Amino acid sequence: MANSLIINPIVQAISLTKHVKSSDTQLTILQDINLEVSIGEAVSIVGASGSGKSTLLGLLAGLDIPSSGKVYLNGEDIFSLSEDGRAELRGYLLGFVFQSFQLLSVLTAIENVMLPLELTGISDARKIALELLGRVGLEARVNHYPKQLSGGEQQRVAIARAYVTHPKLLLADEPTGNLDSSTGDQIVDLMFELNRERGTTLILVTHDESISSRCTRQIQLASGRIED
Amino acid sequence: MNSFKLSLRLLYRDLRAGELHVLIFALVISVGGMTTVGFFTDRVQLALSRQGNQLLGADLVIVSDHPLSQRYTGEAVKLGLNTSSSLKFPSMVVKGEDNILVGIKAVTAGYPLRGELRITDDIGKAISFRNDYVANGIPSPGSVWVGEKLAARLALKKGDVIEVGDAHLIVASQITLEPDYSIGFINLGPRLLINAIDLPATGLIQQGSRISYRLLVSGNAGLIRTLRSWLQPNLTSGERILGIRDARPEIKSALERSEKFLSLAAMASVVLAAAAIALAARRFTMRHLDSCAIMRCLGARQNEVLYLYLYHFIILGLVASVMGCLLGLLAQEALVYWLSAMITVELPWPSLFPFIQGILVGLVLLLGFALPPLLNLRSVPALRVLRRDIGVSNAHSLTGYALGFSALAVLFLWKAGDARLGLSVMIGFIVAIVVFGLLGFLLIKAISGVRSKAGGTWKYGLASIWRRANSSVVQVVALGLGLMALLTLTLIRGDLLQNWHTTLPSDAPNHFLVNIQENQLEPLQEFFKQNDVMQPSVYPMVRGRITSINGSIVVPDNYSNTRAQRLLKREFNLSWANEIRSDNQIIDGEWWQAIDKGKTVLSLEQGVAKAIGVKLGDTLTFDIAGSTFSAEVSSIRKVDWDSFRVNFFAVTPPGVLEEYPTSYITSFYLPQDRMDMMSQLVIAFPNFLVIDVATIIAQVQKVIEQVTKAIEFVFLFTLLSGLIVLYAAVISTQDERIHEAAIFRTLGAKRNQLISAWIVEFSILGSLSGLFASMGASALGYAIGRFTLNLPYTFNIWIWLIGLFVGVIGVVAAGMLGTRSALTSPPITVLRRVS
Repeated sequence: MANSLIINPIVQAISLTKHVKSSDTQLTILQDINLEVSIGEAVSIVGASGSGKSTLLGLLAGLDIPSSGKVYLNGEDIFSLSEDGRAELRGYLLGFVFQSFQLLSVLTAIENVMLPLELTGISDARKIALELLGRVGLEARVNHYPKQLSGGEQQRVAIARAYVTHPKLLLADEPTGNLDSSTGDQIVDLMFELNRERGTTLILVTHDESISSRCTRQIQLASGRIED
Repeated sequence: MNSFKLSLRLLYRDLRAGELHVLIFALVISVGGMTTVGFFTDRVQLALSRQGNQLLGADLVIVSDHPLSQRYTGEAVKLGLNTSSSLKFPSMVVKGEDNILVGIKAVTAGYPLRGELRITDDIGKAISFRNDYVANGIPSPGSVWVGEKLAARLALKKGDVIEVGDAHLIVASQITLEPDYSIGFINLGPRLLINAIDLPATGLIQQGSRISYRLLVSGNAGLIRTLRSWLQPNLTSGERILGIRDARPEIKSALERSEKFLSLAAMASVVLAAAAIALAARRFTMRHLDSCAIMRCLGARQNEVLYLYLYHFIILGLVASVMGCLLGLLAQEALVYWLSAMITVELPWPSLFPFIQGILVGLVLLLGFALPPLLNLRSVPALRVLRRDIGVSNAHSLTGYALGFSALAVLFLWKAGDARLGLSVMIGFIVAIVVFGLLGFLLIKAISGVRSKAGGTWKYGLASIWRRANSSVVQVVALGLGLMALLTLTLIRGDLLQNWHTTLPSDAPNHFLVNIQENQLEPLQEFFKQNDVMQPSVYPMVRGRITSINGSIVVPDNYSNTRAQRLLKREFNLSWANEIRSDNQIIDGEWWQAIDKGKTVLSLEQGVAKAIGVKLGDTLTFDIAGSTFSAEVSSIRKVDWDSFRVNFFAVTPPGVLEEYPTSYITSFYLPQDRMDMMSQLVIAFPNFLVIDVATIIAQVQKVIEQVTKAIEFVFLFTLLSGLIVLYAAVISTQDERIHEAAIFRTLGAKRNQLISAWIVEFSILGSLSGLFASMGASALGYAIGRFTLNLPYTFNIWIWLIGLFVGVIGVVAAGMLGTRSALTSPPITVLRRVS
């Protein structure tokens, strides 16, 4: 990996604010967010719809730019980096699990899992991807396309893809949002298992109390602010 | 990251998933079409020229008024070309008491090198094609082959002996078809073909004899070009080269116009390909936004994403272009098979050039028109993984498309082979894009503005167009351009064919009668009446030679232009007329009025005026049978020489030339089965010179017919490319439409409501495209016809109706076909698939 040195806290957000302009008014999505996440923690961000959970996650991952404030990932000020610098950082440091799975429809399950490895130029991508698909219980479906898989299976592929690069930090956006409760439970179990096995730090956005309660810490968002 | 390897893998996966079908389809067909057009211009044009060369009897002829240097033959032989020579001269032929002036042609072995010489043994009978056959060689020494008129005038039979100069020669056969028969004074009158070996015995070749020496050459086109360029600097005074284009103005214009049309067809297919590729690439980009966002999220840099798809497209471009070339090869094989019935000459194997050209064109087009949307993929925000509504900026579109248009401009100038044609087409299309885009946007805005007043399905149809305003404008522009290219071709094709048909109708005059005396006009009229043949118009003719221009004595040899030298050495045909002929057009000055009768002014043909350097207001002095006649040039005329009608270099008002020795000339059409009348005419009016152009006209008509067929074939190919644009345009918004339909159906919309809404939407897109295309095609068709093909403009209302009809029907049909799956598959499947 490009950077194996881990700096604690792995995530640090300082006075993070996000406004968006909507015609003639300015909406505040996030207001003065300060946050630290230490290595090995599992943090849930909870809150009602529109409370700014996903926006916060996007900012922590460097997918979006704040109106003001800073985010340090593994000690690096991500908004001082270029777009490409942030992409590179994501490539070796972060893993993602999304509510809508975000698998590439033209790729099979194994190809989807291989993709992050191929992007970083790892040679035995297939072998690593196969192992991980086995770990998430999909060894029989490796050559299936996303549309041939159930929602739960698609999310397992997404989890395998998220862990395949051995990320230090996993960001999950409503990972069970599109699943029924029993499938959702299985997915959450799997995520926590892998998290434990690999010592990954987890930041999870959810509005599901039961999932949130399994985390080591909860951050409650309301109207763009952290509630103490 | 090994972008290339990953790109290959993604390409393979995209191919497998069917993501690239439209793009490949567009590219293969357009490259295939262009390659086929390439073969047409490369190979069939060559064949058509050779077909034309049959009228010349060779691929190249050197003509001279003095014996030709042996070096010319030596050089041709050295290059491995075939040669033969001929001498043409007028002389008297005697049989018993009768004698007649004939055009003699003495030929050597090998004549004719191209085309065929046909003869019959039924001498003295009217030409009967049933009994004639291809001559095996030339007349044997001591024998002659005679033309029909000579046989009729001297009542010749096989075995008769005739005197040609000092030689006594035996009549062996009658000529029925002579390939290099041409109009010219040396060819006037009856024909006689003799073996050149007999020439010395005739004693006719003497110093000062009026002889035309010809060296005929045939062989490989490249070697002919080599010989031509070697000859150019070596020719001496009185020598000139004749190719088919130099010898036959009517074939020349037919070939040149068809070449231009084929170039135009090639350019139309380039435009169509560009439109199809731009649309298909746009769709590809839209469908890959998510993939790019995910890759960006997974750590891919902006340039990595770009290179990934750039390699993707380069590989795709190469593969599809090669496939297109192979398709072109197959199409041209079919073409050769199809042409074998009409082209009698051997077709050379195509060169590698069309292949290289095809691949280059494919790559340039793909990169030129796929790059703009691809560049936008580079800047897909990674945040799209969380918020799918975030689109992509079009920041690079302008630069990208500017690149595309530059590529297109280079292609146009290259394919057109004619800078003026290339530029006018290119400017035409660029203006069209801007105008179509602006008008399209304004009209779509205006139309959708009334949607609140519209009811039911109209409301949703109109709303759809406005919701997809950008896509709608792109669709209208692409469809409009594609249709415009097709309509322009239709217009030009129609004008071209119409023009050929009117200049050479099936009853075009095929006989000229020269040297009619005034007292023979009535008997001639009576003769036509008796034979039930339409009485032709008769024109007065006075022969004179130009002696001075603006008072300065003319010395022909002082002119560097060989045509000017020839024109000034020989006698001109002058005539008078009240009205200007319909196939003449004044380009400078004015035609006279009735009150100008007797005024010493004249109207000069533009070619002559240019050659001898005469302009409006100059005074020309002629020597007419020893008298001097001067007139001021009051107008310059353009004459349509292709029409085979009687025309004159110089025309005066009535009351000017009547006092000079006058004879009359006429031309008329005589059907093939009435050829017997000619024998009677020759006997009844022995002083007439009869010029038979039936053979030439038949051959010209055949060449034009073949060119027409070639044009029709190329047109079909362009039509196919047009269908691909239609498909690409409709499919470009298919995903969105299917998704919306699924939502509508989930909300309870009935099948018929959906169909009606789509019909509204597609009809509007189709009618806008059709109208824009008709507008563009009318303007471009006018410009091309007027300025590059020299065709008269005819306003064509049909093109507007056809444009509208084809636009609406085509877009509605293709659109309904493309979206039908939204009606048949359960909405949940569609919704799942799209999400």
